[in-house]
Amino acid sequence: MTMGHRLRLGAGSAALRVQRWRAERRYDRRAPDPGSPLNPPLRSTIRMREMMSRHYLAGRSVSGSRPVAWVTSGAPTEILKALGYHLVYPENHAALCGARRRAEALSSAAEDAGYSRDLCSYARTDLGSLLSGDTPVGSLPPPDLLLCCTNICQTVLYWYRVLADHFGCPLVLVDTPFLYGDAAEPHQVDFVRRQLEDMVPAAEAAAGREFSLDGFTAVVARAKQASDLWLEILERARHRPSPLTAFDSFVNLGPIVDLRGDQATVAFYESLLAELDERIARGVGAVKDERLRVLWDNLPIWYRIGPLSRWLAERGVNVVASTYTHAWGELAEMMDPAEPFEAMARVYLHPILNRSTGHKLAAMRRMVEEFSIDGVILHSDRSCKPYSLGQIDQRDRLVADVGVPALLLEADHNDPRSYAEEQATTRLEAFVEMMS
Amino acid sequence: MTAIAGIGIDAGSTTCKAVAVDPSGAVVATALEQALPRIADQTAAMLDGLRSAHDVAPGARCVATGYGRRLVECADRRVTEITCHARGVFDDLGRAGTLVDIGGQDSKVIRIGPDGRPADFVMNDKCAAGTGRFLEYTAGRLGLDVADLGGRVAAPGSEEQITSTCTVFAESEIISLLARGAEVDAILKGLHRSLTVRLVAMVRTVGWEPPLMMSGGVARNAGVRAMIGEALDTEVIVPEHPQLTGAHGAALLALEG
Repeated sequence: MTMGHRLRLGAGSAALRVQRWRAERRYDRRAPDPGSPLNPPLRSTIRMREMMSRHYLAGRSVSGSRPVAWVTSGAPTEILKALGYHLVYPENHAALCGARRRAEALSSAAEDAGYSRDLCSYARTDLGSLLSGDTPVGSLPPPDLLLCCTNICQTVLYWYRVLADHFGCPLVLVDTPFLYGDAAEPHQVDFVRRQLEDMVPAAEAAAGREFSLDGFTAVVARAKQASDLWLEILERARHRPSPLTAFDSFVNLGPIVDLRGDQATVAFYESLLAELDERIARGVGAVKDERLRVLWDNLPIWYRIGPLSRWLAERGVNVVASTYTHAWGELAEMMDPAEPFEAMARVYLHPILNRSTGHKLAAMRRMVEEFSIDGVILHSDRSCKPYSLGQIDQRDRLVADVGVPALLLEADHNDPRSYAEEQATTRLEAFVEMMS
Repeated sequence: MTAIAGIGIDAGSTTCKAVAVDPSGAVVATALEQALPRIADQTAAMLDGLRSAHDVAPGARCVATGYGRRLVECADRRVTEITCHARGVFDDLGRAGTLVDIGGQDSKVIRIGPDGRPADFVMNDKCAAGTGRFLEYTAGRLGLDVADLGGRVAAPGSEEQITSTCTVFAESEIISLLARGAEVDAILKGLHRSLTVRLVAMVRTVGWEPPLMMSGGVARNAGVRAMIGEALDTEVIVPEHPQLTGAHGAALLALEG
């Protein structure tokens, strides 16, 4: 890193800190909003925004000083963290573009280059950003290494091949066999463990650094701590009224996905948990008049998070839990720093998307019980086929066997062109009337 | 003359309906018009018409439903078509059952619980093929009036297979069949069958329970009624005024406050 880079990073970092202080001061001095159906958002979110902005800022001047890897959201990044890699998550970047209403233009740029509109909108958003150079984060550092894990979908395999071709850098693929049964068979764990061990030399070569088992163990320990905390945070929504909504969890998901394994992430989730406990102690719910509690299945609709959260809150509905946010907490118990390769092979085999539709149904049934759920919204996500597959049957079983109202809501996590406001509102209104 | 105690307005995509009921829920007056672009003005005029022709009890309330419900300015409450149709049909049936409502631009199937409230529902998504528009559009292509379709389909005769359930693609199929010399009535039967297949799949989705009722404009089509009944091996019950079910339900909900 040059002196100029260092200075710019220092100045940017200081500016972000001042920005956070100002936001926190505004938050502490804010006047109550009696017209809002929601209580004030979580104060910790201000700190999360600073963390994520700092991460993207660091990425702007990281090239040359630290190795850079672009990774999928379900990738075994602890190995790369141990080697000092700066990690870029194209999916998180795409979601950020979605939340800032930039995804449509970026998707169009990818479509203009010949990518099908049927391709995942994360992939289109990100490829569009790559081709046009347009991004709300300034710039993304080019990768020295690409790490793709197939435990979330098969699209990533083709997406990362395009990235490898574009950047001319090595691509490491971790292939996770789909789990049809209750848990991974020993040979499947062995298959993934060997791939994790095999990726070390490739990651070392691209980084020009030597791997340390102690370093890896320490990262796994911190990843486990953060994942444990994340699960605890989500479980706080069992309280009535719930101190948080799933929309809060969607927004605060960034660090557990992108910065898992960092000490700062552990500290951040400790403070978020403390804030929730303080809310519970005061009896403050995220929704002022929480009358109905809903479970959300699948990714959020990033470009509608705010309006949808408010619309539901106006009707006394709190979406208290989601299968999506649980995915980053429920595997914490499998993380074992004493046997890091074996344990992480298990962890990366067991995400909800790499397991059967029956497993997801069982998970939803459990959550309906644990979170005292009055209704389930299954977001049928045009872009995420693996998540949406089986939802029709899952919905029917929830209605028939569990006796809970369930709604299939057609949308797309990042492409607003696949979302029909009037159709969605009509269904949601009828669903709320049905639950009331 | 009995005074109006509740009014339901159903501002649908194709037609605009109003039903007024007395305190016992009996229908006092009804109105049905083709939907105009200015929904607020049209519904206000319809209400004025009802009020000038009948006595209105003090404290009478109005519930609006249908796509245009948010534009009905005088409404005390706005409720979705799902809840209103369930309420309207429950009043007719007096017990739980399943309702197939095929409107101009959407179709819905509602399983009605023992309390008269919707227990589950499903609506067609982003496609006109399961709706009244499908028949209107294809009837237009064959040069027929939509009101005549049902009678022609109910008559015995051969049937062509229409493989597609997409409105636009169905038109291509009609053109191909006509070019091959197929009979118009046989094509019509195939079109009705393809609509029915789609609806029956929706009916099965909600775990339907008899009796099966139909409402909405398409319920007047004898061909669709017969085919649905045949596919589900059940009798299809249609209220006297199937297009007014939603407005009737809204009027009954208005009585409840």
